[in-house]
Amino acid sequence: MDAPYAGYNVLDKWDSPSFDAPTRAVLDERTRMIPARRFLSEGQWQLVEALVARLLPQPERAEPIPITPWIDDMLCTNRGEGFRHDDVPPAPQAWRTGLAAIDAEAHARHGTSFAALAPPVQDALLTAIAAGQADAALWHGLPAQRFFTDLLLKTAAGIYYAHPAAWSEIGFGGPASPRGYVRLGFDQRDPWEAKERP
Amino acid sequence: MSGEAPRARDGRAPDIFTPGGWTPMRCHGPDETVDFAIVGAGAGGATLACKLAEAGFSVVVLEAGPFWRPLDDFASDEEEQQKLYWTDERITAGDDPIALGGNNSGRGVGGSTVHFSMISLRMRPAWFQSRSQLGYARDWPLTYRELAPYYEEAEQALHVAGPVSYPWGPARRRYPFREHEINAAGLVLARGAEALGIRWAAVPLATLSAPHGKSPPCVYRGFCNVGCSTNAKQSALVAWIPRALRAGAEVRDMAMAGRIEMGADGVAKGVHYVRDGRWQFQNARHVVVAGYAIETPRLLLNSACPAFPDGLANSSGLVGTHLTTHAGPGVWARFDEEIRWYKGPPNMAVTEHWNYDDSAKDFHGGYAFMSQGPLPRAWAQTLASTRGLWGEALRREMLKYNHMAGLVAVAETEPRAQNRVELSEATDQYGLKIPRVVFSYSDNDRRLQEHARRSMRALLEAAGGHDVWSNDDTSHIMGTCRMGASRADSVVDADGRSWDIRNLWVCDGSLFPTAGGVNPSLTIQALACRIGARIRTLAARGELT
Repeated sequence: MDAPYAGYNVLDKWDSPSFDAPTRAVLDERTRMIPARRFLSEGQWQLVEALVARLLPQPERAEPIPITPWIDDMLCTNRGEGFRHDDVPPAPQAWRTGLAAIDAEAHARHGTSFAALAPPVQDALLTAIAAGQADAALWHGLPAQRFFTDLLLKTAAGIYYAHPAAWSEIGFGGPASPRGYVRLGFDQRDPWEAKERP
Repeated sequence: MSGEAPRARDGRAPDIFTPGGWTPMRCHGPDETVDFAIVGAGAGGATLACKLAEAGFSVVVLEAGPFWRPLDDFASDEEEQQKLYWTDERITAGDDPIALGGNNSGRGVGGSTVHFSMISLRMRPAWFQSRSQLGYARDWPLTYRELAPYYEEAEQALHVAGPVSYPWGPARRRYPFREHEINAAGLVLARGAEALGIRWAAVPLATLSAPHGKSPPCVYRGFCNVGCSTNAKQSALVAWIPRALRAGAEVRDMAMAGRIEMGADGVAKGVHYVRDGRWQFQNARHVVVAGYAIETPRLLLNSACPAFPDGLANSSGLVGTHLTTHAGPGVWARFDEEIRWYKGPPNMAVTEHWNYDDSAKDFHGGYAFMSQGPLPRAWAQTLASTRGLWGEALRREMLKYNHMAGLVAVAETEPRAQNRVELSEATDQYGLKIPRVVFSYSDNDRRLQEHARRSMRALLEAAGGHDVWSNDDTSHIMGTCRMGASRADSVVDADGRSWDIRNLWVCDGSLFPTAGGVNPSLTIQALACRIGARIRTLAARGELT
């Protein structure tokens, strides 16, 4: 994959006027204090690891941005978006049902667990679920597309792009208080912003 | 939602302008009867609390969320700042279920104005008589001319920074502060509008373009939708609450109202609420419900009692009904230039062309659209959930972040009885029935959105955008306790006063009979200023009791 902002690290601004104390405290926790497993079972944890490895593959990173621990943390502390669809149970139950259903799909189609499948086979299975080709009998009333898109994918994407390494990857300015920005127009860049490689 | 300890108590409240600071606050005793108990400290409740306290009434505001100190509590971080949203469980239903949570709720003193986009637009005058003048939706029980002085008052209180000459609406005085420099995302809208030959303007914004009082000017850090850490934003927390406290109002944070108590005489006696983990009661001569378009009808419905079995203020059967939202179709494109839309307020340029020009429309109603500036977490979630991107495709698309620009409409929907807030059988952590929100678009709503998508697509293409695509979303919610001219056809009168229970009032976005195609916060604050003035007048005439 391209790396248009290679060499840019948003955390280099840690001691600059772009990072205030509340932000440093939050990012210190996010980057260094990765929560241990509390909600998911060991098997569910391994399945989520396999899923997020396909949803946000990070082959180039020696240390991938952690996603599974924050999903577990969210479920353990019952933090959600503040609403659920009529046909979706409360989040903890929806996650347990949805994860079991994905493994059941893997067993039904390939006779093995999702985590044991080869990545291209995993991708094909997830593509089928996203396209509405799940076997409803395996999902116990949980809408498969809704679980995949609104809970699994949206959550994983949010966690990945809440990490400073992801901000550096896409050239995002990152935290900006109290300094903010001065140059706002087309093709204008403050010295403390990422420079894009031609 | 987590149960932080209340801060505002024992004669003091957080001083939002000083790290760790405090400011004196009048506190009322547990058995004291206040003139007004207000439920909710957002655009409606905070504004009205200020106006009533300054008029000499005793006021207690009950706010379910925390009393933030932005300088201490707000990080430059999307994930952390999710704490600003109402995340207690709610159910969304209907053919077109609307997203709740961060889209249209706030939790904490200041309500959703703590994370709003600061867009401060007046309604088109004809919308107040949309049925009689434009042939759709419903008339308000007041005119633009009646509300105009209060729009002016709200704009002054918020120090709105806007253009010297705003292209739409009746003649008006200039905005209190000069407009902000427009970022590249806004200049895309300008370029496209000029190519199409339609007018555009800098968005009038409630964030300072020059220092004022204890607030610094906006530094364009761009995290506005997850809270302003500098207090440049003129949220209700910054603009109204300090004034309310100085005038003697008491604001109780972490106080969740659960039921309004009715007396045998058909008069409201006060509000039951949870604070410090226990149920308490505030005696009041008047109760104002200002919890916004979901919590307000929920509280009225949850307060049903033998004398009012269908909920309070509900002899019309209209409480919770006629919910409108702003549909938010979006159109997005990649540009050759670097846009870097994370800089500056998220919505800096607007066209209200289709709010004011009704020619060539195959639908009733209007829409505005604004330039956009989503932060990475929100943008990734949009790409994932509305374009279905994942895996390497998602990561590749995110690499275009600095070259993206987009437009999102604030698109009117019709008030219809079947779109509503009702009570579910499920209960929350307080034992209160949780709300179920039912919403479906009408054919007119769909035609309006299709028109908006076409307009926005044409504009982005004219501006030089590549790979144009569109998605769907919604934003504000309104109309669930509408005001009106008769008790059979509305929940409250033009003063927000219940037809059924004369010491019960509503003061928030629930009041809107017609949504209009602009963000509602300025109109809510203007209504609150007007209701405050009307209460003062009624009291002087002896018509308050």
